[in-house]
Amino acid sequence: MGKVNTETNGYTLFFASAMVVVVAATLAFTASSLKEKQDVNIRQEKMQNILSTIGIETTRPEAEILYDQYIVEHVSLDGNGDVDPNVDAFTLDLAIETKKPITEQRFPLFKGVVDGEKYYIIPLRGSGLWDAIWGYIALKEDRKTLRGAVFDHAAETAGLGAEITQPWFMEQFDDEVLFDDNNEFIGIKLTKTNNDPGNTDKFDFEVDAISGATITGDGVSDMIIERMQHYLPYFAKLNE
Amino acid sequence: MSKKPTLFFISKNLKPRSLLSQSERKLLVDPLDDDNPITVQVLGICSALAITVQLRPAVVMAISVVCVMAASNMIISIFRNLIPSRIRIIVQLVVVATMVILVDQILRAFAYDVSKELSIFIGLIITNCIVMGRLEAFALGNGVWRSFLDGVGNALGYGLILIMVAFFRELFGSGNLMGIQVIPDFIYHLGYENNGFMLFSPMALITVGVIIWVQRARNRKLVEES
Repeated sequence: MGKVNTETNGYTLFFASAMVVVVAATLAFTASSLKEKQDVNIRQEKMQNILSTIGIETTRPEAEILYDQYIVEHVSLDGNGDVDPNVDAFTLDLAIETKKPITEQRFPLFKGVVDGEKYYIIPLRGSGLWDAIWGYIALKEDRKTLRGAVFDHAAETAGLGAEITQPWFMEQFDDEVLFDDNNEFIGIKLTKTNNDPGNTDKFDFEVDAISGATITGDGVSDMIIERMQHYLPYFAKLNE
Repeated sequence: MSKKPTLFFISKNLKPRSLLSQSERKLLVDPLDDDNPITVQVLGICSALAITVQLRPAVVMAISVVCVMAASNMIISIFRNLIPSRIRIIVQLVVVATMVILVDQILRAFAYDVSKELSIFIGLIITNCIVMGRLEAFALGNGVWRSFLDGVGNALGYGLILIMVAFFRELFGSGNLMGIQVIPDFIYHLGYENNGFMLFSPMALITVGVIIWVQRARNRKLVEES
């Protein structure tokens, strides 16, 4: 094979174009052939997270079976608290939804039953320090008290903000009450001046923040308050 | 009876043929110490700061970098006589980025939990200057097998420092190793506290600095003459 002159403009252009085509084809092929498997993983993880908020811990592959067993209903709500039957709550992507104006957004709600107790599970999405954070909270039948919470993040700092995914952090939210005595929605704050480090007081609207993760922690508080308030009209209707 | 003892027809007098020649072995071993990418060449510092808070991500990162560097060094070496020199940096970037995306996609499909744990770290491999540094300095001028060894050697040298730094940061910062508590509770009851400062980037730099100090104290030939 004769030596190719690699320094001409024509060759450079040819090489660059050929490279782009080959790389694009390789990546497109990989992405499309793995997509199905990746989607299954994401779907199972979502089910696993939803189940985890109501105390059902399971592996990803098993989540699909247990999900059908414990989650009895899911609905999409509009801002007035009415059910929109045209939107599937499970496939609703909050990453897209939260970019829409509030009036056009739909709010997914999952209802689960464990040992005869009814739970309402609300998906969350907000901003951490570097990127998006998200999660789920489950409310007990009174729709005021948390059953559990699950958080996840795209890119929070390992060892600091990323600790929101740790069980010891998420467990703090169990049994916390989000409404005051007058039935006003307060939410829950992550605070560093927590007078209740043992987290025995469930009526203080506070849990312990993670030191070094102030912005992520504020993101978690804000996310819960922001998402929860869209469900209040629906809960008010249920209370009537 | 033959004078030469044989074992399974292999004469003991035959000198065992080494898989690697002397110079090939150097390619693999030098980056671990004498020519370490982080402590001697001072490359790849930014990712060494970012992902050494905990040991587990550091280990998985080290493995991923070995795969990416070995593969991209080989690919660049195969095409080294065909790559136009004016766009060689872009070509290297494209090859590295492609490898990284492939690793990421494969992890997402087959090792979802690992991929979640690494999320941003995998993307960080693209910005790792060691990868492009080796492509530019070695793979463009050497054969495929030697480039493969060079890639693996440098990635291991990088990974070794990463794991050492992460070991100290996780141990003193969180009292854990690989996410498991190793400092017993009674030590905490005696008044010991985790050093939160270890979790911040400056301590990664200081830890790398201490490693460089120790390395140069034992290996005098690394000390620069001024």
